[in-house]
Amino acid sequence: MLNVPLLCYGKNCDHPPKAESAALEVKDVGFTYGGTSEPVLQDINLRINPGEKVALVGPNGAGKSTLMKLILGLEKIQKGQISIYGHHANACRHRVAMVPQKSTVDWSFPVSVRQVVTMGRYVHLGWFRNPGKKDREAVDQAMETMEISHIADKQVGELSGGQQQRVMLARTLAHNADLMLLDEPLNHVDIATQELMFHTIEKVCRMGKSVLVSTHDLGILTVHFSRVLFLDKTIIGDGPVKDVLTPQNIARAYGFEFHKGMEHESWLNG
Amino acid sequence: MAQWITEPLQYVFFLKGLGAGLLVAAACGVLSGFIVWRGMAFIGDALAHAILPGIVIALMLGIHMLIGALAAAIISVLAIGTLTSHRRFKEDTSIGVIFAGAFALGILLMNRVGTFQDLSHILFGNILGVSSFDLILIAIVAFLVIFLVLLFFKELLVTSFDRTHALAIGLSPLAIHYGFLILVASTTVIATQTVGVVMVLALLVTPAATASLLTKELWKIIMLSTFFALVSIIAGFYTSYYFDAPSGATIVLVLTAFFLAAFTYSKAKLRFNV
Repeated sequence: MLNVPLLCYGKNCDHPPKAESAALEVKDVGFTYGGTSEPVLQDINLRINPGEKVALVGPNGAGKSTLMKLILGLEKIQKGQISIYGHHANACRHRVAMVPQKSTVDWSFPVSVRQVVTMGRYVHLGWFRNPGKKDREAVDQAMETMEISHIADKQVGELSGGQQQRVMLARTLAHNADLMLLDEPLNHVDIATQELMFHTIEKVCRMGKSVLVSTHDLGILTVHFSRVLFLDKTIIGDGPVKDVLTPQNIARAYGFEFHKGMEHESWLNG
Repeated sequence: MAQWITEPLQYVFFLKGLGAGLLVAAACGVLSGFIVWRGMAFIGDALAHAILPGIVIALMLGIHMLIGALAAAIISVLAIGTLTSHRRFKEDTSIGVIFAGAFALGILLMNRVGTFQDLSHILFGNILGVSSFDLILIAIVAFLVIFLVLLFFKELLVTSFDRTHALAIGLSPLAIHYGFLILVASTTVIATQTVGVVMVLALLVTPAATASLLTKELWKIIMLSTFFALVSIIAGFYTSYYFDAPSGATIVLVLTAFFLAAFTYSKAKLRFNV
């Protein structure tokens, strides 16, 4: 847990985005977990521009979560470079925020929806400071956007899966990051929440922020994303859905044989 | 009735003991919510046992008991942390090893010192034997613990709920964890005087367990825990004074009675609502 240099919990690292810089730039990144010899990630190169909305797809174990952890600064960068709005990853905690997979959170802990959303403001507060008027306004607004104001005082353990996901997204909105990472946000989430999530992501991107969404559910991509990154230890495809989700790529990543005629599968061309 | 209540209050030893007990109860009550909801009951118990050698060595060397206990508690926390960071063990394994070893060392040392009777109040608490110096030390530790929990409340909250988010904003859950353990250890030390090494756990766990049956808000859990702890101390005091009952056991039984009442109430409420 402590293999990452921890720094600047609080205000002192609020670097403004550098002009003309990419929202996210990953160069030649590779990563191997300690105790294993097989790299999880190899030669990752990608660039996301401000205002872009990108899907990160790939089978389980493709390294999607690891890549997100690296971007967020939760794992040490072993090889290559990652920069966020022109700043080295890990140099600034304010620019990037993540909606984690639900399993990493202790939902039984007695906290209210409002308290969880307020946690999104902590990065701006740091030690010894309590949320002020500005923070409370940001929290109220985030809850309103995610339509959870009416359950603000409920305990998070009593909520449905979809509501819990809204709370996490509201927390990320309160964080007010410029690069948002969503790790498998669609698992166990109802359709209404999915729609609200995509609508919110759309809105956030129009404000010039960037969003990277990981998923192993290929079905939703055609509707909501114009750009897809296909990851299987390395980037095997980057571009519009039709060019990336070729039967060959899917067969390669998901490990089944490519059969002639699969290119006519209707959901791929929808 | 009024006289029944005020009679013991005219004795200084009783007042000192009651003051110490109430301070300890307040500190335990405030910590209790986090101990229960962070799943730290086992480590609380382990720390309480691990301070035994510190107390005995302090007595052998003629240093104040609480100082020896505090040193032993902090060494145990660091030892558990070192073993756990080795990644070869899960934390409860490290706790088990340290806890059993330290307690055994304490028992052995007590045996060498040879005055087991004198030391039985360490094991079971002796609330009416609090000296002025004890009281000052207990007050300092109790106020410090409460102050620090309030000061770092939001950090405790975020590291308990979502470690990943804490790490992502540059806050080390591990640092908060060990900081909190040191608070638990210090509270354990001052609590041994009132309920003894063996039963400290009841003051650290039962109040919040009871409160959690009645409410799901952390603030209310903490307030209620503190209330239960305070009432149990007062009850323990008077029974100890009037019936010459062991104070530690009485305190724990009062807490347990609260728990059973709350449990029955929540069950009944569930049945009638559905």
